[in-house]
Amino acid sequence: MKLQHLLFSLSTSLLAAAALTIAPLAHADALDDIVAAKTLRVAVPQDFPPFGSAGPDMRPVGYDIDTAKYLANKLGVVLELVPVTSANRIPYLTTRKVDLVISSLGKSPEREQVIDFSEPYAPFYNGVFGPASEKVSSVGDLAGKTVGVTRGAIEDIELSKIAPASAIIKRYEDNNGTISAFLSGQVELIASGNVVAAAILAKNPPKKPEPKFLIKNSPCSIGLNKDEPRLLAKINLLIEQGKKDGSFDRISQQWLGAKLPAGI
Amino acid sequence: MRYHFNFGDVFAYTPWLIKGALLTLELIGIGGVLGIALGIFGAWARSNGPRYLRVLFGAYVELIRNTPFLIQLFFIFFGLPSIGIQLSELEAASLAMVINLGAYSTEIIRAGVEAIPRGQIEAGQSLAMTRLQIFRHIVLRPALQKIWPALSSQVVIVMLGSAACSQIAVEDLSFAANFIQSRNFRAFESYFIATGIYLVLAILLRQVMRGIGLILFPPKVPR
Repeated sequence: MKLQHLLFSLSTSLLAAAALTIAPLAHADALDDIVAAKTLRVAVPQDFPPFGSAGPDMRPVGYDIDTAKYLANKLGVVLELVPVTSANRIPYLTTRKVDLVISSLGKSPEREQVIDFSEPYAPFYNGVFGPASEKVSSVGDLAGKTVGVTRGAIEDIELSKIAPASAIIKRYEDNNGTISAFLSGQVELIASGNVVAAAILAKNPPKKPEPKFLIKNSPCSIGLNKDEPRLLAKINLLIEQGKKDGSFDRISQQWLGAKLPAGI
Repeated sequence: MRYHFNFGDVFAYTPWLIKGALLTLELIGIGGVLGIALGIFGAWARSNGPRYLRVLFGAYVELIRNTPFLIQLFFIFFGLPSIGIQLSELEAASLAMVINLGAYSTEIIRAGVEAIPRGQIEAGQSLAMTRLQIFRHIVLRPALQKIWPALSSQVVIVMLGSAACSQIAVEDLSFAANFIQSRNFRAFESYFIATGIYLVLAILLRQVMRGIGLILFPPKVPR
């Protein structure tokens, strides 16, 4: 039994090693495949506004879709959108059903073992937001202030650790409660994701939640398969150009209600 | 299915539970006293009051008894600021409970008031008592005595219903349970302990109501 087990594991690891060394030789870079097929296949979210959701005509719309359109346009190929969920977006990429994942994906050490990441293309962060009249620029300024937050959310956990003792944290059941508390003036500030703040801005309320300071920053990057250096370089170049020529500012303005913040 | 119960994780948050339970008691204290007071006035208004008060309290009772407590609470807390009435979450929760209990107790007490035999009131009139004296001594007191058990139940129901106040960030017992559960993910243990505390509070409240009943309406001792 023991020998059999050993032989089995030995043969599988040999096979895996062989596959790893052969694969890059057997395939041209994915960039060549995309150009040859004249099609860019992109996994986009279908249920995560404003990054990606079904539009009025049931076609996906959002920040990620516009990013995909921009890239396909620059590459001079046809765009094929593949709606995915957050659970299956990485499997779609690793099984090569898509060329890129543009699905509000944040970098993490676990994910970096499986796929590669481009430079960030979209802001995604938790922070404290409030109207322009509130002079708050760091966590210390929260002393004596009332901050609304969604109970159990990452910003609740983080803010509870760092907020000064005199800050009053009001915890609501869900994002809608937090939003209502902010809009009705029950709290002066809210701690939340920039996506939630964008959702409030989209309703054009009298009180506009402006970013005051960041709690946790995890900007979105484009995911692509490992060992595709030319595709990665090309995507990074296009992202950089898009940031310079204002393409991403326009996308950000449309879907998040603000220009791309500095440092993205 | 193997789940290792760990109540220690929840007891680490004991101060939250104690604060929460005390706040729940505070809410029902305010809500109970003012709500019953409102109910007594409502019962008088609906049975003996002028026509406009009868209509007004009739509408109030129907409105409150036919809409969810949670919506009443949200309307007071999130809705009223739009027209310039800004209440803190404690004020909003207390007000919602007073209004809610007021409506139910109006109907409960009115049932007692209307069960008073006509002859008893006429006896008062023949003694040249004023209308207020008649209502106070001849109508209200025996009426309250009759419906006291029903009223006690309603107070307990409103106390249990105050769990909804955790939705507007009132840090009551339910909020404490939700909060603890969101920190250590011990849902079973958190809600199990909260359930136990609610049970104790409800039994306690019922005994308090019984005690008040004994003081207000001492049992008749045969002479």
